[in-house]
Amino acid sequence: MRQPLDWQIATVKSIKPETEKIKTFTLTLPNWTRPRAGQHYDVRLSAEDGYVAQRSYSIASPPEQAGEVALTIERIEDGEVSTYMHDVLIPGDRIELRGPIGGYFVWEAGLLPEPLVLIAGGSGVVPLMSMIRHRAAAGSMVPTRLLYSSRNREDVIYYDELQSLRGDGLEIFHTLTRSQPAGWTGYARRIDDTMVKEVIAPFGKTMQVFICGPTLMVESTAESLLKLGVAPAQIRTERFGASGTAKGG
Amino acid sequence: MTEPFVSREFVGKRRGGAEKASRLPPGQYLTEDFPVLSAGPTPRLDLKRWSFSIEGLVKEKVSWAWDDFLKLPAQNYTVDISCVTKWTHLDMQWRGVSVDTLLEHAELDRKAAFVTAFTHDGYTTNLPIADILNGRAFVAYQYDGSPLAPEHGGPARLVVPHLYFWKSAKWVAGLRFMEKDQRGFWESAGYHNHADPWKEERYS
Repeated sequence: MRQPLDWQIATVKSIKPETEKIKTFTLTLPNWTRPRAGQHYDVRLSAEDGYVAQRSYSIASPPEQAGEVALTIERIEDGEVSTYMHDVLIPGDRIELRGPIGGYFVWEAGLLPEPLVLIAGGSGVVPLMSMIRHRAAAGSMVPTRLLYSSRNREDVIYYDELQSLRGDGLEIFHTLTRSQPAGWTGYARRIDDTMVKEVIAPFGKTMQVFICGPTLMVESTAESLLKLGVAPAQIRTERFGASGTAKGG
Repeated sequence: MTEPFVSREFVGKRRGGAEKASRLPPGQYLTEDFPVLSAGPTPRLDLKRWSFSIEGLVKEKVSWAWDDFLKLPAQNYTVDISCVTKWTHLDMQWRGVSVDTLLEHAELDRKAAFVTAFTHDGYTTNLPIADILNGRAFVAYQYDGSPLAPEHGGPARLVVPHLYFWKSAKWVAGLRFMEKDQRGFWESAGYHNHADPWKEERYS
């Protein structure tokens, strides 16, 4: 019997640019296993002489998207795998994958009934997007609030889709930390205590929080939640980078 | 067997040269950073209430308060660390107390075969005792000459350099010796029970 964690050779179905440095790769898997929203896949690249490089990338697609998986990947300038994915890979290419992986930073509609608070910094929105898409696909009405911090308007991933998913208990709060377009009505600063307080206000103290982003952002946001009386056990985190930089890619 | 898979036009960056590459376990890449991975918020521990205990299958439980722990004979360690998320950082410099030194203060029951490292925030990880004895593990409270930062597990974390880094429990509160193995936090969530990076024991 095939184990879900064996390497398998996927085929690139499509590549969609999301922002200047971010693309979504939709890959068709010969042995698809239904993932849980929030999980990731390992990608392995092999050179002709046997040299290999591996990285982990969060799944962006919902578990309902059968037979394939979408990975939204930021191009890291000195990266080895992300640069290959962005600069070389084309539809029809084959690529080795293993997954889905991860059993804690996951949300399943129906399993966790508490209101959902999702807090993202930059490409940290990817696993949270899988949760939001899953929530919609499963018809969940769990009250959900996404607070999503980006530098500029053009760095926001999934902007239009997020707009279209609003409603049915889903509210979205953007903050743009560097520059804001004319007429911007969202937040315009880094995530801070006041912003977190406003976002979680309707939920009191009972909620399930997922935070994903650069280390410093996750650290300070989790700190804010603790100060507001949210229990540590209700906060699940995923950090990337040592000092608020980027996922080594 | 089928032909090994080759990624079209992939060459790779091959950082660090041959000497460093030889110290890199399979599937890992070199970093100079110190990435942070934790399942939840970073706890801020009060040194006045901090303790480290050795318990379970020992004749008598031993505990140290922070000030007493600092009086234990400490050593400097230069070790290579590999995280299951694929980064490896060579020559990380730590200061701390060898688990062997801690066990000089406790009498282990003959039946003790496994240990659970438990922490001040409720995390656990499990190891066979052979993986923490004979200089293979230490409790670190300094990194790079400075007190260990909270996000990296400060005030003190277990360090088991020859296993993936999740075995090196942050905010460690003690070691519980047991006859039977009991899976810890990540070991219960699909990660490998043993976690040797050279055998690529990532997932179970």
